[in-house]
Amino acid sequence: MKRVQFSGTPLPYFFVLPQIAIVIVFFLWPAAQAVYKSFLLEDAWGLTSQFVWFRNYEDMVLDADWVNTAVFTVIFSMIIAFASLAIALTLAVRANDILRGASTYKTLLIWTYAVAPAVAGLIGNLLFNPLIGSMTHLLHALGWEFDRASNGFDAAFMISLIAVWKQVSVNFIFFLAGLQGISKSVQEAAILDCRSRSKRFWTITFPLLAPTTFFLLVINMTYAFFDTFGIIDTTTRGAPGGSTQTLVYKVYTDGFIGADLGGSSAQSVVLLLMVLVLTAFQFRFIERKVHY
Amino acid sequence: MKPRQIIDHIVLILGCLFMVLPVWIALTSSTHSAETLFREGLQLWFGDQFVENYRAVLLEQGGVTKTSTALRMLFNSLILGLGFAVGKIVISMLAAYAIVYFRFKMAEFLFWIIFLTLLLPLEVRIVPSYAVVAQLGLLNTYTGLIVPLIASATGTFFFRQFFKSVPDELLEAARIDGAGPIRFFIDILLPLSKTMMAAIFIIMFVTGWNQYLWPLIMTTDDSMYTIVIGIKQAFQVLYEGGELPRVQEAFALTILAVLPPVLVVLFFQRWFVRGLLESEK
Repeated sequence: MKRVQFSGTPLPYFFVLPQIAIVIVFFLWPAAQAVYKSFLLEDAWGLTSQFVWFRNYEDMVLDADWVNTAVFTVIFSMIIAFASLAIALTLAVRANDILRGASTYKTLLIWTYAVAPAVAGLIGNLLFNPLIGSMTHLLHALGWEFDRASNGFDAAFMISLIAVWKQVSVNFIFFLAGLQGISKSVQEAAILDCRSRSKRFWTITFPLLAPTTFFLLVINMTYAFFDTFGIIDTTTRGAPGGSTQTLVYKVYTDGFIGADLGGSSAQSVVLLLMVLVLTAFQFRFIERKVHY
Repeated sequence: MKPRQIIDHIVLILGCLFMVLPVWIALTSSTHSAETLFREGLQLWFGDQFVENYRAVLLEQGGVTKTSTALRMLFNSLILGLGFAVGKIVISMLAAYAIVYFRFKMAEFLFWIIFLTLLLPLEVRIVPSYAVVAQLGLLNTYTGLIVPLIASATGTFFFRQFFKSVPDELLEAARIDGAGPIRFFIDILLPLSKTMMAAIFIIMFVTGWNQYLWPLIMTTDDSMYTIVIGIKQAFQVLYEGGELPRVQEAFALTILAVLPPVLVVLFFQRWFVRGLLESEK
């Protein structure tokens, strides 16, 4: 904090008031409602409700649909995080090394940050269209009988590819910044000590990038959990048979389309706990280690 | 050139193709007729339907935009993007100023309240948030669209971090010259923050423009749809079946939806990268 501060005036209260008011009305109150509703069982018209303790949570955990969705979400998130980090790191290392054309490559690699997930979803959807999609034709030509409408794996492959495409740019920007932050003297010493480029990467560059990678891992997991909603909603909508449904997508469909408020709220609370873990993880392990 | 460098360039070119090709195909296919696309597949080069397709999407009702037009949707998106960016900068700068530059009782407590928003993304409070906005009579309004989104902590953290890095001597000097809190903010802090404001503005404009879940649940009136919600509607129209799907119009709509934020990012690339790196810290 500052050594000198203003004091003895009510001004700061006025300054924080707008934000605090919005936080209370649109964040804390709805979140408290979600927690409260997760203990209620309402009839289909919302006229009567009954306090049922953890019934909604029990129902959720015993529901094979929810369990499958949870498993899918975790695997999906890890694949997206791993694939987009790997692609971005490969590109960032090379963009950092080359001399000519670096800025053109950078521009071409980062602009997709501005593409909304839903837009990426619709474009990807049309590219994988069974009749006209270029990707479908390509995969068929390669001998893969790609059929997203009935094959859960194919549908999951499609949304993963779109989600990775959308996420490479952010990772690329952070990796490139991380690489540029490695001091010249360290790099020169590394070149003298170790002639093999790949060995140099794995023994020196990669460990130095670890804080960035760790931080990005959390960012990517959060992205895969939450921001892929727009992609799924404009491609598979969870089909076939819920095999490409994430936890967030299920909260939305159960809450808005299925009107199961208690069940949807219980799922929301589980998501809240996951965010809590991811955030705690980020602050506990990352704040300290990251050296920009 | 050494073989190693050639490999570097090949990898980078492949990476760029991976990033650019999907949108390139959307762009070129948006200039053909639906018949061409269904007869010959998606196109890699421009056709002659550019004017027709974009005019239909931008100005005419019906087709993939149903009872709205892309022009109307672009306008709504612009309001959302600008309102989100400006609103967020204003409230988070004020809050950060209070927290960093004032000694007052509840400072720490209020900071933690703001911090809590990080734990509460829209997805975990979606149904009750909708209920609150409905009770306040804000469904299908710009206020209801923008205000609930601007309170999150990222902006406040960003400015708090920046204010902390401003040398203390400035405040000491200003106070000796008799400047009060408001004077100091307007004459000293605001001019110093210009670059930071620009950087965060770029990020927030793009984030606001690309909002999906919130506009999806709280706009039910076609005239309030943003272009990203128009995309969802186009998706539904395409898969309802019936006549030959107007894929070319759907592609045109995606191009219109990505063009403004992409131009902003490309044009202000330096600020954008800086804002992104700083705001995620």
